[in-house]
Amino acid sequence: MLTPQSEAELSEIVTGAKAPLRIIGGGTRPIGTPQAGDTLSTAGLSGVTLYEPGALTLVAQAGTPVEEVEAALAKEGQRLAFEPMDHRGLLGTSGTPTIGGVVAGNISGPRRVSSVGACRDSLLGVRFVDGMGRILKNGGRVMKNVTGYDLNKLMCGSWGTLGVLSEVALKVLPQTHCTGGLVIEGLSDDEAVKVLSRALATPFEVTGAAHFQKGPDGTPVTMIRVEGSDASVRYRTGELERLLSDTGTVRIEPDAGRNSADWQAVRDVAPFHGTQGDVWKLSVKPSDAPGIVARIDGGEALYDWGGGLVWLQVPQGRQAEAIRAAVDEKGGHATLVRGRNAVATFHPPKPGVEAIEAGLRQRFDPKGVFNPGLMGRVA
Amino acid sequence: MEMPRPNPAILSRKAELIEKLQGVMPSDAVISDPMETRAYECDALTAYKCAPMAVVLPGSTQEVSEALRICHDMGVPVVPRGAGTSLAGGVLPTEDSVILGVSRLTDVLEADYDNRFVRVQTGRTNLSVTGAVEEQGFFYAPDPSSQLACAIAGNIAMNSGGAHCLKYGVTTNNLMGVTLVQMDGTILELGGAHMDAGGYDLLGVVCGSEGQLGIVTEATLRILPKPEGARPVLMGYDNNEVAGQAVSDIIKAGVLPVAIEFMDRPCIRACEAFAKAGYPDCEALLIVEVEGSEAEIDEQLETIMEIAQTHNPVELRQSTSAEESARIWLGRKSAFGAMGQINDYMCLDGTIPVSQLPFVLRRIGELSEEFGLDVANVFHAGDGNMHPLILYNANTPGDLEKCEALGAEILKLCVEAGGCLTGEHGVGIEKRDLMLDQYAPEDLDIQMAVKDVFDPRWLLNPAKVFPLATSEARRIAAE
Ligand SMILES: Cc1cc2nc3c(=O)[nH]c(=O)nc-3n(C[C@H](O)[C@H](O)[C@H](O)COP(=O)(O)OP(=O)(O)OC[C@H]3O[C@@H](n4cnc5c(N)ncnc54)[C@H](O)[C@@H]3O)c2cc1C
Repeated sequence: MLTPQSEAELSEIVTGAKAPLRIIGGGTRPIGTPQAGDTLSTAGLSGVTLYEPGALTLVAQAGTPVEEVEAALAKEGQRLAFEPMDHRGLLGTSGTPTIGGVVAGNISGPRRVSSVGACRDSLLGVRFVDGMGRILKNGGRVMKNVTGYDLNKLMCGSWGTLGVLSEVALKVLPQTHCTGGLVIEGLSDDEAVKVLSRALATPFEVTGAAHFQKGPDGTPVTMIRVEGSDASVRYRTGELERLLSDTGTVRIEPDAGRNSADWQAVRDVAPFHGTQGDVWKLSVKPSDAPGIVARIDGGEALYDWGGGLVWLQVPQGRQAEAIRAAVDEKGGHATLVRGRNAVATFHPPKPGVEAIEAGLRQRFDPKGVFNPGLMGRVA
Repeated sequence: MEMPRPNPAILSRKAELIEKLQGVMPSDAVISDPMETRAYECDALTAYKCAPMAVVLPGSTQEVSEALRICHDMGVPVVPRGAGTSLAGGVLPTEDSVILGVSRLTDVLEADYDNRFVRVQTGRTNLSVTGAVEEQGFFYAPDPSSQLACAIAGNIAMNSGGAHCLKYGVTTNNLMGVTLVQMDGTILELGGAHMDAGGYDLLGVVCGSEGQLGIVTEATLRILPKPEGARPVLMGYDNNEVAGQAVSDIIKAGVLPVAIEFMDRPCIRACEAFAKAGYPDCEALLIVEVEGSEAEIDEQLETIMEIAQTHNPVELRQSTSAEESARIWLGRKSAFGAMGQINDYMCLDGTIPVSQLPFVLRRIGELSEEFGLDVANVFHAGDGNMHPLILYNANTPGDLEKCEALGAEILKLCVEAGGCLTGEHGVGIEKRDLMLDQYAPEDLDIQMAVKDVFDPRWLLNPAKVFPLATSEARRIAAE
């Protein structure tokens, strides 16, 4: 394993590379099947380099453990608002998730559905090494920046196929005092997504909207989250309860600890921890989600983002074509997150888009050494 | 401002070009009479003007595609245009270019309240997107001060922001999908009604690319339910630094206002004369707004006002009615217009880390004295996006040049303080030649590589964003 201790060392390694490199942070999110090759780890590039609570900004080297970032923020009553998922439970991996890995995978949690957005929406700047070994930067450390093209977005979610991140700058937000939850049991998928849509159309700033097809005891559970001051959460959960009372028994979950555990279960896709099947991540228009899920035999679903995100578990090695076809018909995409299947991990892009993606890979990584085959075909 | 010399070979084929363009769209959509093309000679950066060879105003994505293919095949540069309110010279044409305007594309194509998005043609103005969904209780969040006039097309190209983006983000955070026509006429769909990218986030790259990667004809925009209420509070201080400290303390306290706006004395006076919003006459004014129910607003403002008190404000006053709130915002949003009635000005747009606010304001004051030009400040303080307005006299020879030199110094100061050249207006031609103050040559090279992929012949808005010398090799190679 190659573990550079500085950006300069990282650059040297990439400059000299003649064969594929498998880029990892903590190695906790090994999705897809890139070509085998030496492993290049960013773990040696570690540490928070700048943190200004009054400016809501944090800069950290890519290999910094997420835990370390979160601890530093917690000390000042702040957090990564996009609540990145921890993939270890779902993928059965161990190791230490890094902040660079979070950014490389655009890893976002339930708050994606609110105005907080995804990881990419909190990303202010990156430093990275491209396939020629050049040390490059884009964006910066300030919250508004339109100076030149926004390559942060391109790097975020490119899973190490366009460059090796060495440093990231993130917007952070204050923690909220209180988390409130509403729970409705026994809804069908269709009913659940409709209820979530109604909740999300209120001014009560819902920051989580999820549906377990099977709750802990097998009954469906639909969950809505609001956050804020104690008084505000009391008011908002009360209003939502009243509004949604025609849909069944709406229960307010008063226990804050229980609430955060439940939302962590959504974030980390707990129902599929330790199970056997393949797990797909579908990104679709929320109201399309139940219909797509219904078309997949033997599938089991956890809905997040008000239905916009579906975690779908299917028997091993099965249903890949059916899932992709169902999604293609409606629009959106399906990523195979867990399971070895003979299909591409990422949803095959349309021809015009495929050409652009291949063109970008060619420019950013002309030698084809960064995780080749993980996204798109090997040139 | 240096622009590439027009290509005589292109100029000599004007008649042929016009004829071809008229073949793919109604003849009134192709403008080539010099009397009429004059209306397109500049944007809101009026110091620079040049009439284009022709203007086309297509009525559909298909027509955009055909017009682009014709220009592509003839090697004619194309400058995309929305409403022409760019402050960066983003739509300044060259003599041998065609302006492609989307002003005839203004339809709402779909409003989906269950899935919380609206799909529009991009010639539609920012404010009328909200207008289309507000009856259902929704709004489109990014709110540039120019929102009455500017088009979604330009908002996407510039990744525009507004007063309320501290909470809701800028255009890129509210954009879900686009229809993009590449220079060779290829039509691409990027993103859509779903929430994230399936492969590379090309949508995120297109947003903010200043019309250099393709022409955006349709957009899927996230809409949000309107808050129950909102209330601004005015905080007056007798010193800029103290106001800056108050901003930082409010943010640190854990309440996140939707907006924190800052004005200094010259701006306060001009805006007050214009909007009669009851602004106090003081050195520095903050407008801080929070949202929620009445009780929630009270609760948040209590915390915020407590912090404000600790800095000894000369005035601290909550708005008491919807009408007063509207006037407070009218004053702020008219700031540029109000200053414009008094003076010629150049509006800057750098961003700095909020913690550097007091230092940067002090330095701007010193620079202003050195150059002998007054500077008024109005900006989005919550996110550090500054808008120093340099006042000058367009009729005094040499004043514009002096003003530009001062502007460059102030923007370099923003970069030195850890910030950037532009927070929301874009680079255009205005900040093009300062790009190397923020980025190393290879940082720009990798950005230009993205353009190479989308527009290999460098025909879309080619003279913008990158210093001409930096992009020259590519532009020539592509010819
Ligand atoms: C008084 C005033 C106040 C302002 N306040 C703000 C503010 O608060 N926040 C802010 O962010 N900006 C502000 N601006 C700047 C300006 O309004 C924004 O940049 C706006 O988004 C430009 O929109 P437009 O439609 O006028 O675009 P244009 O000026 O027509 O074009 C802007 C850029 O977009 C490109 N473009 C246009 N159409 C397309 C298309 N269809 N496809 C691809 N590229 C295209 C152009 O080539 C150009 O580079 C202000 C301007 C003025 C005059």
